[in-house]
Amino acid sequence: MQALLDPVFLARLQFAFTVSFHIIFPAFTIGLASYLAVLEVLWLATGRDVYMQVFKFWVKIFAVTFGMGVVSGIVMSYQFGTNWAVFSDKAGPVIGPLMGYEVMSAFFLEAGFLGVMLFGMKRVGRGLHFFATAMVAFGTFISAFWILAVNSWMQTPAGYAIAPNGQFVPEDWWTVIFNPSFPYRLVHMVLAAYLTTAFVVGAVGAWHLLKDKTNTPARVMFSMAMWMAAIVAPIQIVAGDFHGLNTLQHQPAKIAAMEGHYEESIRGAPLYLFGLPDNEAGETKYAIGIPKLGSLILTHDWEGELKGLKAFPREDWPPTPVVFWSFRIMVGLGVLMAALGLISLVMRFGGHIYRNAWLHRAALLMGPSGFVAVLAGWVTTEVGRQPYTIYGLLRTVDSVSPIGLPGVSASLIAFIIVYFIVFGAGVFYLLRLMGKVPGAAPDEPIANAPLRSAGIVPGPAMQHGDRP
Amino acid sequence: MTLDLPLIWAGLIAFAVLAYVVLDGFDLGIGMLFPLFKKERERDVLMNSVAPVWDGNETWLVLGGGGLLAAFPLAYAIILPALYMPITIMLLGLIFRGVAFEFRWRTVRWKPVWDWSFTLGSLAASFMQGIALGGLIQGIRVADRAYAGGWWDWLTPFSILTGIAVVVGYCLLGACWLVIKTEGDIQNRCYDLGRKLSIALVVLIGLVSLWTPFLGEQFLSRWFTWPNIALTAPMPILVLVAAGALWRGLHDYSRPMQPFLSALALFVLSYIGLGISFWPLMVPPSITFYDAAAPDVSLGFLLVGAVILLPIILAYTAYAYYVFRGKVDPHAHYH
Ligand code: HDD
Ligand code: HEM
Ligand code: HEM
Repeated sequence: MQALLDPVFLARLQFAFTVSFHIIFPAFTIGLASYLAVLEVLWLATGRDVYMQVFKFWVKIFAVTFGMGVVSGIVMSYQFGTNWAVFSDKAGPVIGPLMGYEVMSAFFLEAGFLGVMLFGMKRVGRGLHFFATAMVAFGTFISAFWILAVNSWMQTPAGYAIAPNGQFVPEDWWTVIFNPSFPYRLVHMVLAAYLTTAFVVGAVGAWHLLKDKTNTPARVMFSMAMWMAAIVAPIQIVAGDFHGLNTLQHQPAKIAAMEGHYEESIRGAPLYLFGLPDNEAGETKYAIGIPKLGSLILTHDWEGELKGLKAFPREDWPPTPVVFWSFRIMVGLGVLMAALGLISLVMRFGGHIYRNAWLHRAALLMGPSGFVAVLAGWVTTEVGRQPYTIYGLLRTVDSVSPIGLPGVSASLIAFIIVYFIVFGAGVFYLLRLMGKVPGAAPDEPIANAPLRSAGIVPGPAMQHGDRP
Repeated sequence: MTLDLPLIWAGLIAFAVLAYVVLDGFDLGIGMLFPLFKKERERDVLMNSVAPVWDGNETWLVLGGGGLLAAFPLAYAIILPALYMPITIMLLGLIFRGVAFEFRWRTVRWKPVWDWSFTLGSLAASFMQGIALGGLIQGIRVADRAYAGGWWDWLTPFSILTGIAVVVGYCLLGACWLVIKTEGDIQNRCYDLGRKLSIALVVLIGLVSLWTPFLGEQFLSRWFTWPNIALTAPMPILVLVAAGALWRGLHDYSRPMQPFLSALALFVLSYIGLGISFWPLMVPPSITFYDAAAPDVSLGFLLVGAVILLPIILAYTAYAYYVFRGKVDPHAHYH
């Protein structure tokens, strides 16, 4: 309870809350934008109507999600200043330009072409319309590129000097951007976004197949999603492994927390499956683990030596239980995703993929797994780097604005209320859109509503069967 | 030749903020005028007149904020905590306004709720932007590179006045935009609204201009001492010229572009007036943009991108407006 009276803690809570809501939307739109571009290419290449039907189904969902991504993102870009003023002053010269590039190279691109993508179908012709879709997809990727460069620099700072006034001053931009953890984080996050989308698309396809196994658009969705799961989930596990090795090199205390290891040095460290890490006691209680596997994964040697938390000063320990458990949630879901992908592959070659109701039920259940894994992954990353905002250099307690308790708590409460109401309604509308039978004639009047409506002729952006 | 990078960036950020004010200004204005149009069909037309472009318009706000962090981190780190509450309310307002564009089409029963979310969100955002402007003009207390004022410093009669001025100004921009994009009854009513709003705005601009010089020694001497006065005296005259053009445009129905362009001129002139007062300050009363500037390595790096990307952005933004040119068709219905 004491923590709730600490402005620093509340500022962290506010940041964590707003960024967690924000990341949910981009995690989905990064993948969905690419998926829409692929669908449009397939449609242009094959002329098969079903691809356009699937496109039309998902483009509405994309529009709603994107809108929520934008409004929650704008909050983020101001929150650095309102709650983390000291951090902004000190790190601004390094991270500011990267975010500036994000705005100029990504946000404008997305926003500029979004209008054309959503209701320009009749106004610009097929080729240009596809170009707009591709630009939106490309924009979401560039956006991830820059913001992850920022975040990675905070995790593994490089290429900077410290000026007499306390500011971080960039010395070599290439090193700043391509800092040691950035390539790993970028690959892992973009794959995560693709997986998140694949599992949502798969679940929606499965839902409609459970009701009607002959629905062609639902079959197309489901099949495409299962291909993604089968191919990308295993790649993600490999990418995650590399990411972990990179973290071991640059943030060993974080790895110790993720693994629940306290002993100063351990050879042949076990991999804990379960346990209750306890920073007070300095041990992981009730631990159940597989002997030596921890060392094998992290050092690729059964007897490899690992450092535990006691090898680091006590004031540099992160809140271990959070990190330990969020990491297990993410990895567990990653393994389940790969398993579902594998099963779908077996069924596909057995010819059951559209018929086996158990497969469809499993896919339905796994629908939200990507979001959970993404959030768990970010919690691991961000909580694991505590007590620093810029790892090893600037502590979280030294980063906050001189804003008192009333201000931070009032704004936190306001954000919580508004986000739950607004984004709650948004999720409800998304689920309703997902529940519409794909390819069916649109029913009145909601299904027929325009996507943010057409600019000049208010009406559905694309009529059934028309050609852009 | 060495470039004066802080100066260039001060200009670029000023441009981004101005672009935001006029572009999102008319979107927000339309949001606030929304309740005056009761019929479903009218509301659809109003919303459709900005739906394809609002997102791009709002992005200028992100550039203004992000650019400030990049180029003048100290100013960003002082202004945002100082204006904590107005900015937070503005952000919440922008959330309600932004989601309304999508949500109101997705429900029948709750449509009125999202219509109000559109209006009140626009109102909150506009009023808070005006308050933030007033709060900045009247000065921010700073000690040791940080905000040193109190929790309510931003709330004064002056900032309330600027808040009202911005609300009225945005409504005027919205009405003038609708004059361009609509026909018939809606257009007529917008002409009428425009006339009332323009009188109110000119009065408010006058009040703010008369008040500002008395907020600080430096503003007073800037405007009323020789030789400055030779440069500042034409400003009020130009404002009156623009106001005259606006007034005529609102009576001459053959030139639907004229009101919007004249209202734009009013905004630009007021903005230049502010620039005259501020120069070379960024956070009155003490921090200049040279004090707040990031090191040249940061400014130079981002400038390369700005020089290449901003023209491209302007080009495809113009293209998007071109694609959606012309009147919103008032007769088309949803089924
Ligand atoms: C669909 C989402 C998803 C899935 C299935 C996984 N991850 Fe992950 N993981 C993320 C989504 C994610 C993420 C959200 O993208 C994070 C947070 C920050 C980041 O860079 O990636 C992340 C962070 C993250 C980190 C933290 C790195 C750091 O903070 O320095 C590690 C070590 C792993 N992951 C490892 C794995 C492993 C071994 C997985 C195997 C199953 C795995 N992840 C599955
Ligand atoms: C990519 C850009 C990101 C940046 C620059 C960033 C930066 C920050 C900053 C400045 C803080 C506050 C200091 C702290 O308490 O650590 C923070 C905390 C936090 N962030 Fe991030 N973050 C980013 C992305 C994310 C995402 C996408 C999530 C998603 C879930 C996230 C989750 C958190 C959490 C949970 C905390 C609180 C940690 C704690 O208080 O223990 N972050 N982050
Ligand atoms: C603290 C960190 C973050 C900040 C300050 C931030 C800021 C923003 C802003 C201002 C927008 C709206 C852009 C517009 O007006 O069009 C936005 C949208 C977006 N952001 Fe973030 N963001 C953060 C974290 C992230 C992360 C971690 C990712 C992904 C890896 C991400 C990816 C995106 C994408 C793809 C969009 C486009 C809108 C959407 O797809 O929903 N952002 N962000």
